[in-house]
Amino acid sequence: MYAFEFKRPATLAEAVTALGAEEAQALGGGQTLIPTLKQRLAAPAVLVSLNGIAEIKGICTDDAGRLCIGGGTTHAAVAKGAGAYPALAALAGGIGDPAVRNRGTIGGSLANNDPSACYPSAVLASGATIVTNTRQIAADDYFQGMFTTALEPGEIITEVRFPVPMKANYQKFVQPASRFALVGVFVAQFKDGVRVAVTGASTGGVFRWTEAERALSANFSAAAVKGLKASADDLIADIHGGADYRAHLIGVLTGRAVAAC
Amino acid sequence: MPKDGIGASTKRREDIRFLTGNGHYTDDINLRGQTYAVFVRSQVAHGKLNKVDTSTAAGMPGVLRVFTGEDFAAVGGVPCGWQVTDKHGKVMLEPKHPVLAQGKVRYVGDAIAVVVAETEAQARDAAEAVVVDIDELPAVIDMKAAVAGGPLVHDEIGSNLCYDWGFVEENKAATDAAFETAAHVTTLELVNNRLVPNAMEPRVAVGDYERSTGQHTLYTTSQNPHVIRLLMGAFVLGIPEQKLRVVAPDVGGGFGSKIFHYVEEAFVTFAAKVVNRPVKWTAQRSESFITDAHGRDHVTKIQLAMDKDGHFLALRTDTYANMGAYLSTFAPSVPTWLHGTLMAGNYKTPLIYVNVKAVFTNTVPVDAYRGAGRPEATYQLERVIDKAARELGIDPIELRRRNFVQPNEFPYQTPVAVVYDTGNYQATMDKLIEIADLAGFDKRRAESAKHGKLRGLGVNCYIEACGIAPSHLVGQLGARAGLYESATVRVNATGGIVVMTGSHSHGQGHETAFPQVIADMIGIPADSVEIVHGDTANTPMGMGTYGSRSLAVGGSAMVKATNKIIAKAKKIAAHLLEASDADIELKDGKFSVAGTDKSVDWGSVCLAAYVPHNYPLESLEPGLEETAFYDPSNFTYPAGAYACEVEVDPDTGKVKICSFAAADDFGNIVNPMIVDGQVHGGIGQGIGQALLESAVYDENGQLLSGSYMDYAMPRADDVPFYTVDHSCQTPCTHNPLGVKGCGEAGAIGSPPAVVNAVVDALQRAGHTSVTHIDMPLSPSRVWAAMQA
Ligand SMILES: Cc1cc2nc3c(=O)[nH]c(=O)nc-3n(C[C@H](O)[C@H](O)[C@H](O)COP(=O)(O)OP(=O)(O)OC[C@H]3O[C@@H](n4cnc5c(N)ncnc54)[C@H](O)[C@@H]3O)c2cc1C
Repeated sequence: MYAFEFKRPATLAEAVTALGAEEAQALGGGQTLIPTLKQRLAAPAVLVSLNGIAEIKGICTDDAGRLCIGGGTTHAAVAKGAGAYPALAALAGGIGDPAVRNRGTIGGSLANNDPSACYPSAVLASGATIVTNTRQIAADDYFQGMFTTALEPGEIITEVRFPVPMKANYQKFVQPASRFALVGVFVAQFKDGVRVAVTGASTGGVFRWTEAERALSANFSAAAVKGLKASADDLIADIHGGADYRAHLIGVLTGRAVAAC
Repeated sequence: MPKDGIGASTKRREDIRFLTGNGHYTDDINLRGQTYAVFVRSQVAHGKLNKVDTSTAAGMPGVLRVFTGEDFAAVGGVPCGWQVTDKHGKVMLEPKHPVLAQGKVRYVGDAIAVVVAETEAQARDAAEAVVVDIDELPAVIDMKAAVAGGPLVHDEIGSNLCYDWGFVEENKAATDAAFETAAHVTTLELVNNRLVPNAMEPRVAVGDYERSTGQHTLYTTSQNPHVIRLLMGAFVLGIPEQKLRVVAPDVGGGFGSKIFHYVEEAFVTFAAKVVNRPVKWTAQRSESFITDAHGRDHVTKIQLAMDKDGHFLALRTDTYANMGAYLSTFAPSVPTWLHGTLMAGNYKTPLIYVNVKAVFTNTVPVDAYRGAGRPEATYQLERVIDKAARELGIDPIELRRRNFVQPNEFPYQTPVAVVYDTGNYQATMDKLIEIADLAGFDKRRAESAKHGKLRGLGVNCYIEACGIAPSHLVGQLGARAGLYESATVRVNATGGIVVMTGSHSHGQGHETAFPQVIADMIGIPADSVEIVHGDTANTPMGMGTYGSRSLAVGGSAMVKATNKIIAKAKKIAAHLLEASDADIELKDGKFSVAGTDKSVDWGSVCLAAYVPHNYPLESLEPGLEETAFYDPSNFTYPAGAYACEVEVDPDTGKVKICSFAAADDFGNIVNPMIVDGQVHGGIGQGIGQALLESAVYDENGQLLSGSYMDYAMPRADDVPFYTVDHSCQTPCTHNPLGVKGCGEAGAIGSPPAVVNAVVDALQRAGHTSVTHIDMPLSPSRVWAAMQA
């Protein structure tokens, strides 16, 4: 780790100000950032912890019936408190281990946008809205590739608003070492159609599998996607599996997610 | 008999301190005035080292000194402890291994420079400011490419082939001839995957130097402090033993990786004198991945010749064994004497020929890792037998039974030099069939099928060799060390005992098991015996712990010393009881005159030894302390039979281990609970190798699985509850305890069981072209096999 200045603001406004400093960076649960700092792969001059900001924590339902989760809410809190959206609660409960879930936050996960992270699939499949200190961003506009998002420097995710689908399920096939998603598929059925988001598989990060969405919107059953094959183009190939394997898993997991809905 | 003697499942006394955070590990040692060392390591696998510019670093805050290869030009290289002679009678190529790189870097992680500073952070900052000018050279990673004219890892030795070993060379022609006429030959090519040991405690070394006395002390995470003292003192730094103390306190797991003498140990010892302050180095986990000696990494072709009934006629193997970039301490012995000698397995194969080519590559050095050579031997043998059984249409258990060495054939001379003293392979197989409920397999398979899962059963046997010995033999085989063990048994005036052993405990439970033996011999409670180990200043010269040798060799030394104690104590008792010492019997901590009710208790005899008022001073020295060295006459040969049941998910290739059963013959057992634990841990590591673990290099020599994000360690939910049994006991015939060793068996015997089970599952499901899948059997590999 390199030396840095540490700030722990109590309000969002203070945090925004603190993040205005030269080479300042937000610290959520630290489950990604702290290991990165320890390996000296990041060198912020100021680290602004969002942990003391009560206004970005917690879970509620808004007038439109959306489940609203504060950006600083931990995975453990979502696993416990998102009963209105069981598939989302289950996803949160399957992230990492208890230590990770008790610290890591939804805002941190989405800001980081690891191509193997779980949350991005739920956000994209749900058509959720990411709320920051300055604006609201639709999920379809938010994810812009591996570790890349629509966030501006210093922008803080304050809340994520999830429309609650009629049915939904997340299937995670773990990478044996990290136990992140080797492939994860989130299927969400809404009145006006089905959305399928795939994480872990693509070099471009989380994406929507539109062929499956079409097939499932017409016929929401595992059989509808049985013969469907995801394209292996641009999929990740590494020591844990080739692109063809990941493409195959996308199909298998989509079918399983539908069957489990 | 004391209730906590031999055979009692006494809870491990050391666990009290380990589980309450009171262990005292090397990193817990912080000396006054301590400084911190941070290594600058090569980020390329192969390169010409032009210049190491330390000028900026040397001027940075807190920096005491920056060391480079030049500082070590005058001292020795890190020595290799075993010299193998090849099939042409030529000794192996033995390149120099400097403490810090000189002229060239040879693997990612090779040490180039070291900063010593007041704080760790300052040392790390300055290490980043060391400017290393390297001309990168093409790296050689693949072993076959390395010997087929690839770039030279060591220019000065002119070849990447360390040795080309043939064993037994005299058998070669007859073996080849047997293949010509055999009714059936089964051939299998396989890879024994490279593993990173991943001891829970990373390596640490603290060097200390006392200028007023010239005394060096090295605190280090070692399995054998005396060996480190000898190797480092005599060969690297030229420090005589009386001026060098090596302490290995609590050590958090070794699995072989902490046997070896590493450059960091030599560095801190050397640097402490130069800067005249204690110097500490603690490995970061990512550093452990690229500096702890790796394990396995063999590429093998094995062939088994049989008659029409499946009787084994001959076996031959061709193995490429990776040495990595330098010869680690015992690396040359692993694919040779610890591997070739075990190729007979539990079977009567009259002709065996083993060829091993040891190869230098631009990778981390490879050396002994839990099992060391024996897992590689067992894996290929038990895999080829499984394949042969399928080809011949013979039940795999029946094929093994048909070829077992029979119980009445011991001692059994194998065609690969070693003589098995005792064993009963039919008995462990029978026991396995019972404890694994193999009769119920078909039912369980049908149940799995109902859930869409492919169930398979894998069975195999293993034999291994522990307590490698005797010294004069291993000397002939190239060992540059003796392989005895030592113990000093010190009886105190009030009857308590301290045993100073040359063995070292780093998870094996010596502090509990060793006292049980003495408790049994004397008839006193085990808690009146303490074990001291790990410090060259207060233990006799011993060879440490590896190769499952502690109880069989170190325990035997302790028994020998205790027998001397008992003999002397009997003389004292005879004096006190006014009888002849030939008539004195020791039972339950009491000396009595045979056939009388006259007796004196243990404590009184001990007191008399140290307060010799009423004592035969003219014929007997006072005191009660004895030392013994024990040099075994043979290896011990633990053996057993293992069974694994798996479920394969046909859609994803994911393997779930449903059950694992182990029937081991370890001879006599001192503490059954500790033995269970050792077997559990070993099987866990074996399952790790079979399903999860793999050190993977890319063609440029970068370790792709260099962290836990990519290197999969087995976790609790990867392994089942094990069924282990060690009731089949054929005691070792040549050590006083009749014990064999249990530390590595699980890791040796389990990988083939897992792979056999997965292949079985696929075969039964109709994937008849799948005869082998290389470890680790990751979901993607199993899935790919099913697509073929
Ligand atoms: C052992 C382990 C296992 C894991 N397994 C999984 C898994 O299975 N699935 C999975 O999805 N993830 C997994 N993770 C990652 C985990 O979910 C992290 O919590 C997450 O990626 C980052 O969240 P954080 O709150 O810890 O963010 P931090 O590490 O604190 O920060 C990450 C990044 O986000 C920024 N940031 C943090 N909060 C905000 C905010 N509110 N607004 C804007 N920017 C912000 C930071 O500046 C930083 O750039 C695992 C992590 C570990 C250590």
